[in-house]
Amino acid sequence: MKPTDPQTAIVQILYFARLREAFGRADEALVLPEGVGDVGSLRRFLIGRGGAWALELAEGRAVRIAVNQDMADAATPVAAGDEVAFFPPVTGG
Amino acid sequence: MTVRVQTEDFDLADEVAALRRGNPKVGAVACFVGVVRDLNEGDAVAQMTLEQYPGMTEKSIEKIIDEARGRWEIYDVIVIHRVGTLAPTDQIVLVAVSSAHRGEAFQACEFLMDYLKTRAPFWKKEETPGGSRWVDARAADDQAAARWR
Repeated sequence: MKPTDPQTAIVQILYFARLREAFGRADEALVLPEGVGDVGSLRRFLIGRGGAWALELAEGRAVRIAVNQDMADAATPVAAGDEVAFFPPVTGG
Repeated sequence: MTVRVQTEDFDLADEVAALRRGNPKVGAVACFVGVVRDLNEGDAVAQMTLEQYPGMTEKSIEKIIDEARGRWEIYDVIVIHRVGTLAPTDQIVLVAVSSAHRGEAFQACEFLMDYLKTRAPFWKKEETPGGSRWVDARAADDQAAARWR
């Protein structure tokens, strides 16, 4: 197991489509906050920023989350070095 | 298997020729071409922009193709999905499947399209007279995908 150095415990977060516009950013590098170890706790941390974050990511809003490019759910672990993406339900085809 | 995400258009005849080239066992090719319509939910659509999640898009389509291969005896699959700005009458997506007999090709093609619509990370934004808007996911698409479970 890798030691958790606060300076390197960084996750890359990506936002797509409506969420990218609402948050005014396509990505960010986030130092994993204390107590954030899975998708559910990361989502709650982001909701805690208030404003568009609280509105768009609120429980009950249709938000899809992928960890390292695989679809995830609230219990999926998030660790340093992971790529976590937040996006609306997909509408391709 | 061929998966391409591109801004350029595609030529159906060229892609089908490539799909079955050199395989005399192919007895059937089923194709689906999705096209931009000029109307959605009662509003005129002047153009649309397709956004994707580079990397995950290709991975998720490859996964869907693997699933189709596990269900049907098919020889080869090509999926092309366009991104960027498209106008009504433009082609958006191609799914083509080759197999020995038509049943497998038809079913696999429909399965691939239903799964692609609900699992591949693409998003559409439309330009209408009322302004631009993100297209919402449709329950009918989820229902179409659910029949294959």
